[in-house]
Amino acid sequence: MRELKKLAIGGLIALAPLGAMAQAPVKIGVVMFLSGPAASPFGVPAKNAADFVFDELNAGKGPAPYGKVGFGGSKIETVVIDEAGSTTTQVTEFRNLVQRQNVDLVIGYISSGNCLAIAPVAEELKKFTNLFDCGTPRIFEDASYKYVFRTSPTATMDSVGAALYVKEAKRGIKSIAGLNQNYAWGQDSWNDFEASMKQLVPGIEVKTSQMPKLFAGQYNAEISALLGSGADVVHSSFWDGDLEALILQGSPRGLFDKSLGVLTTGETAMHKLAAQIPDGTVLGARGPFGPYAPDNAYNRWFSKGYEARFKAPPNYASYQMAQAILGTKAAWEKAMAANGGKRPTNEEVGAALERLSFEGPGGVVRMANGKGHQAIMETAYGTTKLVGDKLTVINVQRYPAETVNPPDGVTSTDWIKSGFKK
Amino acid sequence: MDQIGPVVVDGIIYSAWLFIAAVGLTLIYGVMKIVNVTHGSFYALGAYAGASAAGAWLARGYPPMLSYAVLLLAAVLVTLVFAPLIERGLLRFMYAKDEVVILLITYALFLILEDTIKLIWGVDPYFVAQPYALLGSFEIGGLRYPTYNLILVGLALVSGGGLAWILRGTRVGKLLLTVIHDPEMSRAMGVNVGRFYLVTFTFGSMLAAIAGSFTAPTVSVVPGLGVDVIVLSFAVVVIGGLGSVPGAALGAVIVGLARSVSVHYMPQVELFVIYSVMAVVLAFRPRGLFSLVEPRRI
Repeated sequence: MRELKKLAIGGLIALAPLGAMAQAPVKIGVVMFLSGPAASPFGVPAKNAADFVFDELNAGKGPAPYGKVGFGGSKIETVVIDEAGSTTTQVTEFRNLVQRQNVDLVIGYISSGNCLAIAPVAEELKKFTNLFDCGTPRIFEDASYKYVFRTSPTATMDSVGAALYVKEAKRGIKSIAGLNQNYAWGQDSWNDFEASMKQLVPGIEVKTSQMPKLFAGQYNAEISALLGSGADVVHSSFWDGDLEALILQGSPRGLFDKSLGVLTTGETAMHKLAAQIPDGTVLGARGPFGPYAPDNAYNRWFSKGYEARFKAPPNYASYQMAQAILGTKAAWEKAMAANGGKRPTNEEVGAALERLSFEGPGGVVRMANGKGHQAIMETAYGTTKLVGDKLTVINVQRYPAETVNPPDGVTSTDWIKSGFKK
Repeated sequence: MDQIGPVVVDGIIYSAWLFIAAVGLTLIYGVMKIVNVTHGSFYALGAYAGASAAGAWLARGYPPMLSYAVLLLAAVLVTLVFAPLIERGLLRFMYAKDEVVILLITYALFLILEDTIKLIWGVDPYFVAQPYALLGSFEIGGLRYPTYNLILVGLALVSGGGLAWILRGTRVGKLLLTVIHDPEMSRAMGVNVGRFYLVTFTFGSMLAAIAGSFTAPTVSVVPGLGVDVIVLSFAVVVIGGLGSVPGAALGAVIVGLARSVSVHYMPQVELFVIYSVMAVVLAFRPRGLFSLVEPRRI
């Protein structure tokens, strides 16, 4: 009998760590801009979304099928890192997150430059990393990763969607001009938009392509060049304080009166600068987010809860963060179900997310590109109309995911050049 | 060259903005031999103070035309709070140290002030768009320009002309020139050099704050606003010659016009232009176009 007792106690002691492991919190590194010009329009709304979604999940209040506490019953702990600073700083911070803070997963990165730098390091350290916001398509077109995912669509979708919308909104269009930031995001956005317009409107003329440096702030000369060009359409993928400065400096000069203005990330400024954005400006939200989000249970839960807590509507960066967390949770729990309820490894979570379809506040997300690591979604564009003191969007057009994203294995450039062959 | 009018106007507007932002930096260097990185902080402080004060003024329904005075007053007041504190509280104990050490100290202060700004104003952007459109617009070459830009040009002319007059035409200015040439000898002759340093630092920083305050209606005032300004200001004062007010004016005009020409006619080299101008100037005149004469000490 005494031997049996010893065995039972020994067994309990031996199993204790396993029990503790199963209930150990999931530690997630969360990275976004918390200082600098990108903090207010992107970083802070994304962090608010993370705070809201993580709190809801930890309380088991997520809508089905996200109702299980935390990730698979384990509460979530976060380590929040500011994305501000050089790319080198971000790589160091990423290594700290993985090697010193021992996070289980990483969800983060707004800047395309940072995403391009972080992806190979995540692969080297074998750490599951979900790039939640950055747009450059090069990440999964120039390389192949096992541990890196992106649950948000690429900039190609924004540019092709914008081109399709512009072709319909401005019949008889003959010329375009661009004002984009001189780095990965701005260059990719303009290249895709220009190439798409050339496919959709053969013989279209490019009047000027302005590429000021990021956070330049003063755009008088660029606006003059755009006004002087007389282009039918002015495209800009400006974001953050640059977008706001462009609206503040361009609107009084009639930039968007003379030409049809296309602001592919304009949604982030629509609430703050409602009175300054002229009616008739084409506004993008980098996917079916914000005013373009579908009326589904996830969106009602997210947008109402977010607005009640932060007294402001969520913008597309908020939606993308919520989507990244829900996608990772779905993969985590799918991996747990596949391995008999044990805590999944990074490899198992990654394998579960590959080719996964899940639904979030922005609608259906399909991990269809980049060998199952890159999301595609439908997108939408509309034009602005001030109603009272609120900016709304009208003439909304929705484009299915396959219409605005290349097939898997085809680069954006080749797909656009092929005439959007499916 | 059908766009020559807009090219010149854009160049002048940008030059005026650059000059107001940079002239305080060159003044402080000229008098105190400090490469003052906190100049960018004062630009940001001025922008925040101007945006919040003018925003509050307009929100209360006070006369919009007086918002320009509010912008100016806000910049002056915020400088009077921070600049004497920094100069008297820290910098005056460092003057005997090497220029590089003081540069590092001002860089540290810049970082501290960035966080101080976030503590006071948070990370949300501040907008005060009304003053930019309030004065209407004028047309040149078929293009519309807000008349507000002329305020920037006026401020540049007043600050440049005012400084030249103070330095050359007043007793205080002449005493300041003696401090610039030889602070030790000036002290021996009874000049209160410490007071000149305090006034110069405050006045130079105030010019940066005024530049920030009057830029606020055209931008989104966000953390990190002063970073790019300090880099551009250094380019301008290095081209003109550190410590030279006419040099800063010429540097600002060269950079402004070069940038404007490239934006209109060759936008792909816009980023390259400012620094290539600096490189060319330094290749032929390593101390800048209007470098001050260094008296040989025996």
